[in-house]
Amino acid sequence: MSRVDRREAGGEAEGAPAIIRVEGLSFKYYGSDQYALRDVNLVVKKGEFIVLAGRSGCGKTTLLRCFNGLIPNFYEGEMSGRVLVDGMDTRNMPTHILSQVAGMVFQNPDNQLFALSVEADVAFPLENLGLPREVILERIEWALKILGIEDLRYRSPFELSGGQKQKVAIASVLAMRPKILLLDEPTSSLDPASAKNLIDSIVELNRREGLTIIISEHRLDLILPYADRLIVMDRGRIVRDDNPRAILKDEDLLVYGVAPPRVSEVARYVNAHGGCLRFDRMPLTIREFVEKVRGLIG
Amino acid sequence: MIVFENVEYVYPNGVKALDGVTLRIERGEVIALMGENGSGKTTLLKHINGLLKPTRGRVLVDGVDTKSATVAELAKKVGLVFQNAESMFFSSTVWDEVAFALRNFGYDESVVRRRVEWALNFMELGDYAESSPFLLSGGEKKRLALAIILAWSPEVIALDEPTTGQDQLQKEKLMQMIRLLKEQGRTIIISSHDVEFIAQLKPRIILMKRGRIIADGDAEKILLDESLLSSCNLLPPQIASLTKELGFIGVKPSLKHPREVAKEILEALGRILPKKLTE
Repeated sequence: MSRVDRREAGGEAEGAPAIIRVEGLSFKYYGSDQYALRDVNLVVKKGEFIVLAGRSGCGKTTLLRCFNGLIPNFYEGEMSGRVLVDGMDTRNMPTHILSQVAGMVFQNPDNQLFALSVEADVAFPLENLGLPREVILERIEWALKILGIEDLRYRSPFELSGGQKQKVAIASVLAMRPKILLLDEPTSSLDPASAKNLIDSIVELNRREGLTIIISEHRLDLILPYADRLIVMDRGRIVRDDNPRAILKDEDLLVYGVAPPRVSEVARYVNAHGGCLRFDRMPLTIREFVEKVRGLIG
Repeated sequence: MIVFENVEYVYPNGVKALDGVTLRIERGEVIALMGENGSGKTTLLKHINGLLKPTRGRVLVDGVDTKSATVAELAKKVGLVFQNAESMFFSSTVWDEVAFALRNFGYDESVVRRRVEWALNFMELGDYAESSPFLLSGGEKKRLALAIILAWSPEVIALDEPTTGQDQLQKEKLMQMIRLLKEQGRTIIISSHDVEFIAQLKPRIILMKRGRIIADGDAEKILLDESLLSSCNLLPPQIASLTKELGFIGVKPSLKHPREVAKEILEALGRILPKKLTE
């Protein structure tokens, strides 16, 4: 069984322990008259790679903020239900402790970088933790190396390209050695090749370092081939939570404002036509699609 | 008509962002400027409304050299929506933000009201009419900037990365808006590296790299040229790659809708498979 098949047959994370548990979570921002999250229930297993999709404003960002305690510790509002992250109830745990377990990377790296050098940016949160100098240096080296940006160490973050900045932002989160990496549309300002490159790095972190990844992303074509789970949200609720191929097979995601990968869309139309070609397993890549056709004509 | 004659632009820090751009855009054309970040797309757009003036060469908008026109004069003709939409807001409500330009042009208040209402509803911002523009989310700010342009409808509309941070339904809205403005005879110039969006819009594409135009032609011609795209750090649209890879069953490379592509694949297989059975 290939690695991909194993993941699909139940995932490597199948028997893994839960790292996040969300029970009956609802949340309303202070001053808003509508709930941003409505009765969300969810278990995330250690090592899973989860993609969050849905329209702008569907609650993806709010849900991510609940995983690192920004909600309810930083954003005020009305929260019911509970969120357990690595066994800790986020209501009773300060953000600086939670951020060592679940690190967050935002859409716009400019909001996350402020120091004069890449090294100083990555070091900053570690210095705040009061770690010894050797440990800090060791972690900086590790984080830059794993993202392949050692050469940027002494550069100013402001002279870097968007893709490089986003990698530095990830490095500064990684240096905290979190178990969970939360990413909120990290590729939205990047050009396609840089976006692909960034996603490849994120996949590496999951596969090699065993990090649990939860990422909200509009470009499903680039990311779904690597995802164990796709969670589709609509108006604060989770409307689908399953293997991406299963969801793409029986659901028209456009209803939820989500563009499925074009190959899967073609496959859906092929299936709807009925005929000599039928995809029981939805293709997520062009290669998978073409291989199926090759198999048919021998 | 917009004409660039051998335009060079060097930023004060010495970076040469445009390096000999010659270009002619006819009235009513829809154009996509494509290329990786830093290739000069935004700099080029800023030359059209006179925000930047060429270091060398010249830019003519309807025959007027932008060097001899003020930004205010050009702004009557050219509406530019920045990538960072926030930078263009200053009113205290979303409604006033959209109404501002119209009032400035001296439209009757009843016309202003109708246009503002229509544009806000079109961009799904009706509920926010009384909110502060600065409290909107990133995607909503972008839609507000588009609503302003839509209500105002200048002759030339330049959009800098309009799809960033927009979900699929909003992108379809944007597509409708562009088609509507095209119907009205507006000239539309979009900078974008959203290949899937551009593949659907099928405009004339101008491909930029390091401040130069390296290709100029129909969407079909450019988006099906994989090596050209990859030299600009762009990935081909998935439909282009899929149809190209399926050449061995007789499918032709295209940017067609997935529904059409599915049909073509089944027809192509239909032609091959019976033959195989009779062999």
